[in-house]
Amino acid sequence: MKVDRRSFLGLGLGAAAGIAVSPVGIKLTDDSAIWSQNWPWTPVPVDGEVSYENSVCSLCPGSCGISVRKIGDRPVKIEGRSEYPVNDGGACLHGIAGLQYLYDPARVKTPLKKNGDKFEEISWDDAITLVAGKLADLRKKGSPEKLACIADKEQGSVSGLFKRLLKTFGSPNFYTMPSLESYLEVTAAALHGEGKTIAFDLENASFVLSFGAGIIEGWGSPVSCFKANASRKERHAKLYQIEPRLSNTAANADKWIPIKPGTEADLALGLCAVILKNNLFNSTATANFRGGINKLAAMLQKNYAPSRTAEITGIKAADIEKIATVFAKAKMPVAVFGKGRGDGAQSLKELAAIHTLNCLVGNINKKGGAFVRSKMTYLEFPDESMDSIADAGVAKTKVGRYMNQVIEKVNASSQPVVEALFVYNANPCYSLHDTKSVKQAFKKIPFVVSFSSFLDETAKEADIILPSHTFTERLEDVPSGAGLAKAVVGLTKPVTEPVFNTKNTGDTVISIAKALKGSIAQSFEWESYDECLEGVASEIWDSLSEDGFAVISEGAPSGSAPVNISYIAGNPATVQMQGDYDLTLIPIDNMRLISAGVAASPFAIKTVSDRVLKNTDIVVEINPLTARGLEDGGTATLTTPIGSARVMVNFNEGMMPGVIGMVEGLGHTLNSKNMSNKYVSNKGVNVNDLIGPVIESGSGLDAAFGIKAKISKA
Amino acid sequence: MKQENNKAHKFGMVIDLDKCTGCGSCMVSCMSENNVPFKEDESNKKDSITWMRVYKLTNGKSFPDTEVVYLPRPCQHCGGKGDHGHSPCVSVCPATATDYGYDTGIVSQIYTRCFGCRYCMGACPYHARYFNWWDPKWPEGMEKYLSPNVSPRMRGVVEKCSFCYHRYQAARDQAYAEGNKGEIAEENYQTACTTACPAGAIVFGDLNNPEHKVHQIVKPDPHPDTMNKHVVGKSRNPKVFRLLERLGTNPKVYYLSEREWVRKQGDNYLAGEWDKIKNHHGSSSHG
Repeated sequence: MKVDRRSFLGLGLGAAAGIAVSPVGIKLTDDSAIWSQNWPWTPVPVDGEVSYENSVCSLCPGSCGISVRKIGDRPVKIEGRSEYPVNDGGACLHGIAGLQYLYDPARVKTPLKKNGDKFEEISWDDAITLVAGKLADLRKKGSPEKLACIADKEQGSVSGLFKRLLKTFGSPNFYTMPSLESYLEVTAAALHGEGKTIAFDLENASFVLSFGAGIIEGWGSPVSCFKANASRKERHAKLYQIEPRLSNTAANADKWIPIKPGTEADLALGLCAVILKNNLFNSTATANFRGGINKLAAMLQKNYAPSRTAEITGIKAADIEKIATVFAKAKMPVAVFGKGRGDGAQSLKELAAIHTLNCLVGNINKKGGAFVRSKMTYLEFPDESMDSIADAGVAKTKVGRYMNQVIEKVNASSQPVVEALFVYNANPCYSLHDTKSVKQAFKKIPFVVSFSSFLDETAKEADIILPSHTFTERLEDVPSGAGLAKAVVGLTKPVTEPVFNTKNTGDTVISIAKALKGSIAQSFEWESYDECLEGVASEIWDSLSEDGFAVISEGAPSGSAPVNISYIAGNPATVQMQGDYDLTLIPIDNMRLISAGVAASPFAIKTVSDRVLKNTDIVVEINPLTARGLEDGGTATLTTPIGSARVMVNFNEGMMPGVIGMVEGLGHTLNSKNMSNKYVSNKGVNVNDLIGPVIESGSGLDAAFGIKAKISKA
Repeated sequence: MKQENNKAHKFGMVIDLDKCTGCGSCMVSCMSENNVPFKEDESNKKDSITWMRVYKLTNGKSFPDTEVVYLPRPCQHCGGKGDHGHSPCVSVCPATATDYGYDTGIVSQIYTRCFGCRYCMGACPYHARYFNWWDPKWPEGMEKYLSPNVSPRMRGVVEKCSFCYHRYQAARDQAYAEGNKGEIAEENYQTACTTACPAGAIVFGDLNNPEHKVHQIVKPDPHPDTMNKHVVGKSRNPKVFRLLERLGTNPKVYYLSEREWVRKQGDNYLAGEWDKIKNHHGSSSHG
């Protein structure tokens, strides 16, 4: 057959027409579309009956009530519990993402024992025997005080059990991580006497003067603070925010007052000076002050007159007078302290100076003011039985007042000052300043026991890990604190069977005590932690178990609180930064990350802006005026006396010139050879790697609000 | 069962930007409610699936006059020109995978119909739509927290905010079961972002129902805008605005702010244009 042009075109056209009308093409496209979407490994969630269970979130000191939606026996969603006295329905992103912690790939699934630089699985019985054996040796050597313990908080029954174990063992060395609550207690002790704490009635205050407290950055009890802040508009209340950076709180405030980093104490004293000089104080309140109001007034006029304060803080003298007047004349003013989230480094001078403002205007124990209350005492443990070793050990002096002094002593001494250390709900190797030296101290301590649920920075330094249930798997009492106006105890309840071979740490402590035998075991005669909790919290158990919470106190406490101003009248020295570079590096808080405690969840990390974290680079904020030679979005090397890091640069007009801001809560390393949370790990830098501690003389607190730094193009 | 109640709803939202703290609770609540996956690196925001995304706005002034406001952006559930249901995305979808619900005002997304052409993503002026470039993958065991109310999506389809449509279905079923003939109480249908917001910045409800808070705040104008006949439902509250309102997409998400510079950022204006329209807030009739 001859193929001419005509038949060739005819055939071609025919074929084209045939393909066009044939359904085969469309059918194949459709089939491939369906096929491409039916991957059998895309999960199909199993349906079931819907139910809701109430519990309490214990990821942060906020202690919000939560409602967990379940399908059959699977928890699928965490939401805020309505009508809960702390958060009334709202929830923060970390709590909502709480179920991601349950299935976290970096969870410690069974007890682990370190062998060389590797962890090996070990049974619970062997683990308890091993720990008890090591501890018994310590007692035999006659140095029980060389057992130390660090927990997240003082309050609560699990901390109570740890304290009881240490006491009956013979050690006074119980420590807590710095937290807003611990600072509130220290401040209360300096001005009002021991055994007290401070709370702020933010939901009623008509004027909030916040010295860098990140009221919507996660300070205090976050959801409660969000609510109090949001209702400001309706209540016609005002918020003035004093800090070097335009934080979200500053952006949301009625007025942002930029201040040179680390001079907040001086500003507070400058305001006190104006209030005293212009007779703006509450004379009924000051009449009962002890410690010399005249001495304070004289000291303030000499050192903190507006012009002098203006020089120190960078705020105009006229503005200082104005702020003092507005504050003192407001109907219900309150001055709020605890920079950032309030759980980082703080100086007692600053805390006490700011709280003196509250005392001067007489808002203590008044609606909308600052409440001074006794610490919560809802737990009643039976008397311990003590043997002679325990009595002798407990009488010894503590290694240091705070954990950072313990770290320093461990590193400085050639003899082991601490032989064994328990770590519960705390991650000091991540959240204390100069993490390198903290890790070094941990390596020097011969026997470290971690009770962590996750293979975090501190657990990795442990010799043995006795993993704890996460908060959705365990029973625990959760006392509020962190400046919340109400005192509430919530009950965290298991909403699911434990996913892994973990235990409630309360039970673990009881098992260790029993294995130690003798008077120690006699002090722990409970069958289980559940039984123990019901017993020691019997005073409030009915309402705890029925309602899921118990309100211990509400509203302004009756009566006034004694005020002693001698500490502040003595004009303690202001803490200075380490180093002599030109710029100042300060940590900044971001609600979507977590600075202390657990790492942020994959969901939370996902919400973080690309101006905070880009690929694996942390982005630092700097004013374009300061960023000479740097490019917005470019990389740079940030150097401090403690270390240096590769960073990306973000020009931010909300940053005070001369200051570099680095977000807290990145740079986690929740990974090892065979378990890793890659969604959260190895992203950015831990700001605590770059800032070293600066101990405030007198208080002994680590008060390093920042560090001198330099930055140059990488 | 025959549906006796056929009164059309028009579900919408108003977000108070003065209350919004940028905390991200709405984003996480949305992800957790709707089985949104996550991957190792989510810092490339173009491929990071966030049905609800919080943007940061600044007034562009230098230190210390800078101001910052956060703007949460769900799908705007556009009614299209004249509010007739011709949303930009619905108009371009060749597969009818996204459709306008005339009974609810909600723009749906049917994953099994979508074949991934992404025309809708190009058409959406709000970047509210996301493409699944990869199959979702949860760490071992974590798929146990997935909710059966929303199907996990597969590679190759587009997804977006549904105003938690499954919650609407549940509320509607509940209303019928209780003999309310489909009359859904305001509190029975609320989106996951609304209930999660710790600042109470998000208000959700039926824009057609004068009893609902969202209607009372927005006060939608029942007449077409006198300056642009394609714009319907313009707010008569001078503090309320919509994003790119003059396009006539007629979004059902409204924003509220006391600050003028924030309201101005809701659209792009030529020099002098803003001053001409900033005091124009719809017709004054129909109180």
